[in-house]
Amino acid sequence: MLAILLKDYLIELRTKETLAALLTLGVLTLLVLSFAFDPTSELRPLAAPGTLWAAVVFSGVLAVNRSFLAERDNACLQGLLLCPIDRGTIYLAKAAANFLFMLAAQVVLLPLFMVFFNLTPSGALFRVCLVLVLGILGFAAAGTLFAAMSVRTRAREVMLPLLLLPIVMPVLIGGVVASGAVLAGKGLGEVQQWMQLLVVYDVVLLVVGWLAFEYAVEE
Amino acid sequence: MSDDESIRSTGFRHIANDVLPMVVLAAMIAALWAVFLYVPSEADQGVVQRIFYFHLPPAIGTFVMIFLVAIASAVYLWRGGVFWDRLAQASAEVGLLFCSIVLTVGPIWAKPIWGTWWTWDARLTTTLILWMIYVAYLVVRAWAPSREQGARYAAILGIVGAIDVPIVQRSVYWWRTIHPAVLVTREGGHGLQDPRMQFTLILCFIAFFLLGAWLLWVRLESGRVHDEAEALRMRLADAR
Repeated sequence: MLAILLKDYLIELRTKETLAALLTLGVLTLLVLSFAFDPTSELRPLAAPGTLWAAVVFSGVLAVNRSFLAERDNACLQGLLLCPIDRGTIYLAKAAANFLFMLAAQVVLLPLFMVFFNLTPSGALFRVCLVLVLGILGFAAAGTLFAAMSVRTRAREVMLPLLLLPIVMPVLIGGVVASGAVLAGKGLGEVQQWMQLLVVYDVVLLVVGWLAFEYAVEE
Repeated sequence: MSDDESIRSTGFRHIANDVLPMVVLAAMIAALWAVFLYVPSEADQGVVQRIFYFHLPPAIGTFVMIFLVAIASAVYLWRGGVFWDRLAQASAEVGLLFCSIVLTVGPIWAKPIWGTWWTWDARLTTTLILWMIYVAYLVVRAWAPSREQGARYAAILGIVGAIDVPIVQRSVYWWRTIHPAVLVTREGGHGLQDPRMQFTLILCFIAFFLLGAWLLWVRLESGRVHDEAEALRMRLADAR
């Protein structure tokens, strides 16, 4: 599993394509949504968590799609499948790679987000990071499974969001609410049920993905 | 083919193909009569409330259908057997139909009663997400590179989707209780005191149940015939 992870990391290091896609779409989404809401309105902070998560979702779809596009184009997936390793392990490795890439993009996106919405770094920042980690984990888990499927269908760019977004709704809702509460100064204890929802759903998605992945990549 | 032999007995198929449609028609006519002529108007809502009788049964039906999709998908992935795949697809199509009815009829009712077409409460949002899951299910079947892969992908989505539905419902419910809605969601089905209203509701449930069962059967049969035609075509092509 580590070998696959390392492979993805090395490819990324050389091409930087996934990170570029993540950052581009993430920044663009942040920008567009910043313009969408009146900057002078005092209600603007309410739009903040939604904007952050919209950026995560849109850039994430692209990233997760890319993770299988390369495999498909060079028949790498067949090569991977021929290896005598459990298909579930391949899934975990790809999901981990996607998770790490999306998290890495946040290193740039989160500060930008703070700037656009006039937020000061504080304890809240750490809590938002925690929520982001949980949410991105769920997104990567579901996204990896569905990207493996959608990359082989027609209109693959359209297929992935169509499959993914209904499934990822609870993560989005949980992420937005928890981030919003935390940015408003609440402690983690108060968003406990949302954190629990995220953790439980992450586990569910990972387990289902791990089990179902072999059906998704069968020829 | 062996899966189908269990339902090939002439008696069952005769009932399903010939008698059931008549029964469905009769039930629907009875339901329409009950809704428009028999049941009294509700005191608060007036005539518009009658839509509710055609809103609740398909709502229950569509949620039952997604679980049927999930079960059939699970059996299909685990044991194979094209019957289960056909059942999953048929359930998804009937489920989509019912879900569309719910999402069309609901806002028609909501506008005069609540003053708005849509609210983001738990039930409405979950139904909308469910609708999206159904559409995604059918699209992934159609756009997959082959029939078998389409069936498999759809099966995965069916299972994940069915797991997703209660979780979405829970999370939207929590989400909405933080921001109390101006409109209080009406509890469907409760508060029907008048026995005539209860009778009408039950009648509509029966009518929609029969309709769903019949549509499911028709779709299953059409799937089977399609598969047999495909098999024949392949054999013809091989024989040349």
